[in-house]
Amino acid sequence: MPEAAVKNKRRPLWYNLSLFNLPVPGLVSIMHRISGAALFLSLPWLLYLFDASLDSPERYAQAQQQLSHPLAKLVLFGLIWGYAHHFSAGIRHLLLDVHVGIDLHSARGSARAVLGVGVALALLFGWVLLW
Amino acid sequence: MVMRRLVGAHYGTSQWLRQRLSALIMAVYTVLAVAVLLVARPSTHEDWKALFEPGWVRVITLLFFISLCYHAWVGMRDILMDYVKPTGLRLLLYTAVIVSLAGYAVWAVEIMWRLS
Repeated sequence: MPEAAVKNKRRPLWYNLSLFNLPVPGLVSIMHRISGAALFLSLPWLLYLFDASLDSPERYAQAQQQLSHPLAKLVLFGLIWGYAHHFSAGIRHLLLDVHVGIDLHSARGSARAVLGVGVALALLFGWVLLW
Repeated sequence: MVMRRLVGAHYGTSQWLRQRLSALIMAVYTVLAVAVLLVARPSTHEDWKALFEPGWVRVITLLFFISLCYHAWVGMRDILMDYVKPTGLRLLLYTAVIVSLAGYAVWAVEIMWRLS
């Protein structure tokens, strides 16, 4: 009988790990990771654009023309959002590291704020830079 | 656990610290750069280039890129450590990330160097 009880305690747990069932801090955390990876993968393109823009008026114009394509704008907007989110989530991380806002209630609040600030910054700078 | 003897002790703590330091450097640079761009609003190649020409701007821009490459290495290492289980493949991907980031750092040096 005790053996059965032990077995029973070890029954598998089922967590719903789909992105939208995560608590907000979890969503912010996985988005921090995804945005970081996306920024890493886009580094060659961004460096290429930076390089071209500083090289000569001709290559500057070339880069500008490339960025006027709707698809390039969409990708760049995604990257601006990624940077904005990674930035705000990073600031939250640094504050948590020094034990600011570490209790559950404030951690949830700051996670919501990070999501909002990321989107707001993305819309602001997306609008300023791309239109 | 398998690779424990290869990595030694406490390397994680110093990487954690340097990840935070590089994040701070990038955050300060980002706020500065955004402020300058919003004020200067460069719209031509000449204006844009002029912003980066002063020596100290090139120094802090390079510091930003070096922080970025280091930060990206720690972040990508964490991601690969979590999701890529076969050791050989993981080491291969680590190498690919390090080689790319080292290349990007050299590229950034070259972009800044050319402006002098």
